[in-house]
Amino acid sequence: MLSIILKRLSLVIPTFIGITLVAFFLIRLVPGDPIEIMQGERGITAERHEKLKLAYGFDKPLIVQYGIYVDRVLHGDLGKSFVTTAPVLEEFRTLFPATLELAVSALLFAILLGIPAGVLAATKRNSILDHGVMSVSLIGYSMPIFWWGLLLIILFSVQLGLTPVSGRIDVLYYIEPVTGFLLIDTLLAGDYGAFVSTVSHLILPVIVLGTSPLAVIARMTRSAMLEVLGEDYIRTARAKGLPPLRVIGLHALRNAMIPVITVIGLQTAYLFTGAILTETIFSWPGVGKWLIDAIARRDYPVLQGGILLIGAIVMAVNLAVDVTYGFINPRMRRAR
Amino acid sequence: MSVETLESRPVPVLPLASAPPSPAAEVWRALSANTGALIGLGIIATVLFFAIFADVIAPHDPNLPDRTAFLKPPVWLTGGTWTYPLGTDAIGRDMLSRLIHGARLSLVIGVAVVALAIMAGTVLGLAAGFFRGIFEALVLRLMDILLTLPSLLLAVVIVAILGPGLINAMLAVAIVVLPHYVRIARAAVIAERSKDYVTAAMVAGAGTLRLMFSEVLPNCMPPLIVQATLGISTAILDAAALGFLGLGAQPPSAEWGTMLADAREFVLRAWWVVTFPGLMILLTVLAFNLLGDGLRDALDPKLKS
Repeated sequence: MLSIILKRLSLVIPTFIGITLVAFFLIRLVPGDPIEIMQGERGITAERHEKLKLAYGFDKPLIVQYGIYVDRVLHGDLGKSFVTTAPVLEEFRTLFPATLELAVSALLFAILLGIPAGVLAATKRNSILDHGVMSVSLIGYSMPIFWWGLLLIILFSVQLGLTPVSGRIDVLYYIEPVTGFLLIDTLLAGDYGAFVSTVSHLILPVIVLGTSPLAVIARMTRSAMLEVLGEDYIRTARAKGLPPLRVIGLHALRNAMIPVITVIGLQTAYLFTGAILTETIFSWPGVGKWLIDAIARRDYPVLQGGILLIGAIVMAVNLAVDVTYGFINPRMRRAR
Repeated sequence: MSVETLESRPVPVLPLASAPPSPAAEVWRALSANTGALIGLGIIATVLFFAIFADVIAPHDPNLPDRTAFLKPPVWLTGGTWTYPLGTDAIGRDMLSRLIHGARLSLVIGVAVVALAIMAGTVLGLAAGFFRGIFEALVLRLMDILLTLPSLLLAVVIVAILGPGLINAMLAVAIVVLPHYVRIARAAVIAERSKDYVTAAMVAGAGTLRLMFSEVLPNCMPPLIVQATLGISTAILDAAALGFLGLGAQPPSAEWGTMLADAREFVLRAWWVVTFPGLMILLTVLAFNLLGDGLRDALDPKLKS
């Protein structure tokens, strides 16, 4: 087991170094003078230019500059935003809970609907139900989610007036951030109205962000279940007279879950991709919208820090999924 | 005598049945039994028809505003006219004409991105599978980095470096999808390399390039073709997402994602400017996914569940 973790770690480290290289070169690849870009102002005087050049270490060889950059990153210094002048790490820390709350809720939505749908489709193979689940999941998988979000706004917010169009919570409420997760903070504050407002703001973004993972999870559950249901031990369980629900829910589902859990873990990268679009549509104050705004404002330190942090998070989650996979699948433990 | 009888005996001729069907015919037979794939093919053919004959079919110039008809609803709603069957957008451009011209852009985007990615990816994957060692490790780690970063974030960063625009967006999406082709090509090469026909070619004196491109590559094609078909849908979707974020095709271009970005502020009063471009994206992407799934079943019976 330890060897699996070590082996995965040895693959993760070069990838992380690669991501720091991407972030490091980002500012140097943008057309224009890197010092003006880093400083976020144009037409710097020659004297000041020289001073800044020394201050940023641009007179040193590239490899030394990279070393300085990595050293700063490892000490938690990701630079300052041009626009707000706040440290990038600080900004990320305040915005990330909003994205995490959205992403976790979306993933829960996808799991809670996707797994039962996949199981149903597999047990009623080739029925109308099966074809329905598969068709809907193919549509969900092909859905341009930025359009899906707009459609849901038209239907639920404009036509039916059921849900708010943007933001995390109604402006009427002020909740002191404790965890940063409004679902928890509103409950901690004991403000029932604020909690309801949070939930109603969350519904549409969660559906939009959860649609593609839902489709993927439903398809994966179905095919994993079909494979497991054909195994001998399932026939044995049926032959000895166990109730069908017990066979499907306990014997089959347990083993079918192994590939499904991997697929769920692999959704992390997608959730960030989807968050960029979802947060843009619903003006959700999270890291996705933060990054898109940074591009519009040419706020390169934010972009640089953003990819580094998101890359690190995705890597960490993938590593965790790999290790968990080893725990839940005993066959992996014995593998080299 | 026996020899004569053998020769004079009429040989039963089986002209068609005995000839092995061509690979294309075989794939078509499997594909035509798959309803989903046929639906996909039908939609793609229709979109392709629109794309090719856009100039002839489109009733109006896609970029010509009509000052007398801002946000006109489609013909079946009150206030709609047959002049603009699907209504007009905020500056009076004909929706139908813009959607038809958008088909051309989206197909070009999808095919160009995949062509770029498949060429670069196949060469890298073939080389990695052939030379192994440090080169392979380097290529694979590089692809790992590309795979770790969320696809849209990576594309957004590349566009931030190169500057917004259709060509740069296409380049960005091609880089983002590259790892899939590299990995498939490499895996296929490694599987093929140890086979006898490769050894035979090597013994016959074929050089590395010849081995790579005329011996091994043709046998690695099925998984690449499947990935390419599915890849067109990803490419169209990602390019449209970039257009929606204002980083892809720039207005007044009739690209579907860009049209949606323009339409966002009219969500409250003109549903048609929002609904139709997205519907076109969905249908086109769905069609390529259906065809890709069908091709996978047809080309690779092993994968069929």
